[in-house]
Amino acid sequence: MSTTAPDRPGVGEADPQPEGSARLLSALDPTGAPVTLAAHRSTYPQPLAANGRARSLVDEVDAAGLRGRGGAGFPTAHKLRAALDAPGDPIVVVNGTEGEPASAKDRFLLASSPQLVLDGALLAARAIGATEVRVCVERGAERELVAVHRAIEERRGVEPLPDVQVLATPNHFVAGEESALVHWLDGGDALPTGRLVRPTLRGVAGRPTLVDNVETLAHLAQVNRFGAEWFRRSGTAAEPGTRLCTVTLPDGSRRVVEAGCGSPLAPIATAAGATLDGSGGVLVGGYFGAWITAAEAAGAAFGDDGLHHLGATAGCGVIAPLPPGVCGWCETARALWWMAGESAGQCGPCVNGLGAIADLAGQVAGGSAPANAVPWLQRWGDQVDGRGACRLPDGAVRLLRSALRVFAREVDQHLGLGRCPLGSVGFLPFPDHRSAPWR
Amino acid sequence: MAVIRRLAVDPIRCDGRGLCAELFPERVSLDDWGFPIVDPTPIDAALLRDARRAVQLCPVLALRVETVPVELPVRH
Amino acid sequence: MTVATLAAASPSKALWYLTRGAGVVTLLLLTASLLLGVVTSVGWSWARLPRFVVVALHRNVSLLVLAFVGIHVSTMVLDGFVPIRWIDAVVPFIGAYHPLEMGLGALAFDLLLAVLVTSALRARLSFPTWRLVHWLAYVCWPIAMVHGFLIGTDRREPWMLALDATSLVLVGVAVAWRLRRGTAAAPGAGSPVGGQAAAGPGTRRLTGSPS
Repeated sequence: MSTTAPDRPGVGEADPQPEGSARLLSALDPTGAPVTLAAHRSTYPQPLAANGRARSLVDEVDAAGLRGRGGAGFPTAHKLRAALDAPGDPIVVVNGTEGEPASAKDRFLLASSPQLVLDGALLAARAIGATEVRVCVERGAERELVAVHRAIEERRGVEPLPDVQVLATPNHFVAGEESALVHWLDGGDALPTGRLVRPTLRGVAGRPTLVDNVETLAHLAQVNRFGAEWFRRSGTAAEPGTRLCTVTLPDGSRRVVEAGCGSPLAPIATAAGATLDGSGGVLVGGYFGAWITAAEAAGAAFGDDGLHHLGATAGCGVIAPLPPGVCGWCETARALWWMAGESAGQCGPCVNGLGAIADLAGQVAGGSAPANAVPWLQRWGDQVDGRGACRLPDGAVRLLRSALRVFAREVDQHLGLGRCPLGSVGFLPFPDHRSAPWR
Repeated sequence: MAVIRRLAVDPIRCDGRGLCAELFPERVSLDDWGFPIVDPTPIDAALLRDARRAVQLCPVLALRVETVPVELPVRH
Repeated sequence: MTVATLAAASPSKALWYLTRGAGVVTLLLLTASLLLGVVTSVGWSWARLPRFVVVALHRNVSLLVLAFVGIHVSTMVLDGFVPIRWIDAVVPFIGAYHPLEMGLGALAFDLLLAVLVTSALRARLSFPTWRLVHWLAYVCWPIAMVHGFLIGTDRREPWMLALDATSLVLVGVAVAWRLRRGTAAAPGAGSPVGGQAAAGPGTRRLTGSPS
């Protein structure tokens, strides 16, 4: 594989460039086992070797327009540059915590393609001058922790390796938030600190800290290998590349599929084995995202641009259509109750406000709410939005507002009947973290 | 480079004492649980003293006056 | 004590009366300051008395404590009737005259200074540090009370005993209240699990429409 060919640097004659939208999901082991280092290296040359490209990695990522795949969608090159420019010894944190219960893509990537993620992390580390990498995976994700650990050990003695450690983070929704992760790495609890300074400037131990989602780093490794122009062949101009989506099937199981950013939502769902027909509503982006109607989903493009007018974003790629017979309002009430319970408990508006919202939403679901419940929910949503140290209240309010829009009819039915017309069957996952430690 | 000043609250430090709303109602109102909703409208010189007093008297030092640089509109 | 008696008193006696008087006032103000401090931290409010007034009162009364303890100490040193040096006022237990009882006074004074200085420099300290030192006020008060009880000239007077007892009761109630209530509306482990919303101050009841 030539690394010095002047016209197409970094790409060999037998061009193994992934075509179409199967990029991260191409060249996986059919048995589901993690791709070995040897198999991985047949496609991806050792990352610390020069890629033969004229542009630096940061510039290449910038040209590619790669954005974060953790849910926030922040331009990756900006983060790299900020960490590079900041004074001090940088450190790379690979965020594989995946706190969103309905999302499984990060875990899937770590379990099936850990070498690609590591390549991305090491490339990012070299680009910003970092010699320490910390891979963070939620406690309890045993399979993924083992896979990453093994992937690192495969490299030891065989390839140059900076100080790479795998760490198991506490099981909480907000533990994967940037400032919470930094605080935990510093020896504290995994609670958001509401710090005014970005981690890329001052993070772990006051050093420039690059926190990137595992999928983002996997794309970064591919951008390094195949170039920015290749990356832009999929997706849209504003949202280039592909993204992994977690689709929830009617039986509650989840499938990870890959699609170009901004491609139509309906085919993504059906490719995974789900259907929008007869669905009462579709959750997009996660509990941190929003509801849209099945009809809207059928016509929508799955991207931030395509979903903006519906009050939603692609978030972390969750697509969860409710099967027929599942009540969207009751699921919302459960989600709000769960999110309120996941509060770090540090900010009054969150603890009190989300608590009150969850309480009242639950009363509506159970049919015992007063007739003016909706104005109260809206009032409290307005009061809570944006007033915490992290974005948890914002996410909950977005979910609430979208539910009040999409399930307006269901809400009226609950209030009128005094109970759920569909019998309040549960569907979405709500893991119980209440007794989990924060440290 | 011009600057604007505005009041900001640290939501983690704040525990809803409510002195700020008493001292500086021009920019602080309380939500249904007694926690301050801070209006980010810039503070002019006339209000700055009241803002600073609210900052000083907060029992948990949760308030601050932030200085934000702002671009003046260019005249052609 | 009538004005005539005062006029007839020699200058050193006048200083001695000042010492005693200032000492009593210091104790009363210290008690008042502690009570105001507890009201501040518990976050209790009264419609007629805005919270910022309570906080401002707490601060001003504390400064008055400093003023009166200053009078108490300086008149005693200047009086010269008992062998007390300036240094005995800040370094406890090294004096020649009743070192233990006087030393307690010096100790209380040191603690008071620590509290006042850290409060003046609040903005420069971390909040937990400031608060830890501020809690020394709860140590300062009993030491000051014991100092007065052991060596105050008027300690056996019925009015003094009544003041002592009242102060003790008030501070006892306040501290018990403080321990029970914790700090004002602190959001903490009150996670709204099980549908029970964490009730903060002023939680609206669900009747009527939002204003």
